[in-house]
Amino acid sequence: MTAALFLAQRISAMVLALAVAVHLATILYAIHGGLTAADILARTHGNLGFFLFYSVFVAAVAFHAPIGLRNVIREWTSWRGPSLDAVLAAVAVALLVLGMRAVIAVYVA
Amino acid sequence: MTDGALKVEVWRGAERGAFQSFSVPRRQNQTVLDVVTEIQREQDPTLSYRFACRVGMCGSCAMVVNGRPRWTCRTRVSEAASAEGALRLEPLRNFAVVKDLVVDMAQFFDKWRDAHGYFAPAARPPADFAVVPPATPARQAADAAIECIGCGVCYSACDVVAWDKDYLGPAALNRAWTLVNDVRDAGQAARLAAVAGDDGCQCCHTHMSCTSFCPKAIAPTYSIAGLKRSLFWQALKGGTR
Repeated sequence: MTAALFLAQRISAMVLALAVAVHLATILYAIHGGLTAADILARTHGNLGFFLFYSVFVAAVAFHAPIGLRNVIREWTSWRGPSLDAVLAAVAVALLVLGMRAVIAVYVA
Repeated sequence: MTDGALKVEVWRGAERGAFQSFSVPRRQNQTVLDVVTEIQREQDPTLSYRFACRVGMCGSCAMVVNGRPRWTCRTRVSEAASAEGALRLEPLRNFAVVKDLVVDMAQFFDKWRDAHGYFAPAARPPADFAVVPPATPARQAADAAIECIGCGVCYSACDVVAWDKDYLGPAALNRAWTLVNDVRDAGQAARLAAVAGDDGCQCCHTHMSCTSFCPKAIAPTYSIAGLKRSLFWQALKGGTR
């Protein structure tokens, strides 16, 4: 892993440590409060704080997961080189697109 | 237990081979190296093994003893033998076996070079001696890691080396860390770049086998963690790619 990937992995991990905690706490709060899907969408709709928080969350995942997968693949298989990096870059883009699609959908709903 | 005979199984061959059984008289304060030497001198002169100093300085006699990598000259039979009083001796893991208990150390030491585990002087000699107070954090960090004798025990114990043959390994990275803490060294950027590759310090999983087995009680895991920290801040400043 190059120094840049290492740095991205560590910083995204720090972001995720906070983001996942907030995310889980929010889920627990929503479930225990008995909120319906409509109630939740009413709270997220047009909520810039929600939008920014989950955008950061998605970006951190898009960095963190492919770098981790790259490490796992390099350790457990002989797959190396540009083809591996290209596939994992595609995974990063896919995570970013799918994640942001969900965030935007809930934001504008 | 100082009476009777010790049952010793010794690896014979290279990558392919088999264990050969020997019976060696049990003696007081007998070391594992004593046992190997007795087999070679009294029973089978074709047995190959390596040793030099016999006092824990040279790092040449390491083997796997009953599953654990050890320096055999400083390991008494009484602490290494099984409950039944048996020894099983194998060459170090993660090394190519030359013959019997002798391994090829070339790749191991090549990695010290690859990790820039050597002093890099400045372009011009300094005007005067560098003053390095013993109490400074850098000097103390170097001191904690400096006593490595290059025996290869940590490398043999390392899981990451076992699954990634290109990983630089605990000994080379430990040496690099001592030099990161050498204020006289002028090759720091190149060294951090060297240990930051895809097979560098970030590969360490912190299993701590190196630290657990090091006969000199060095903690390469902490040295590697230090390299990771240095690398993090250096990368943040844009110092390495």
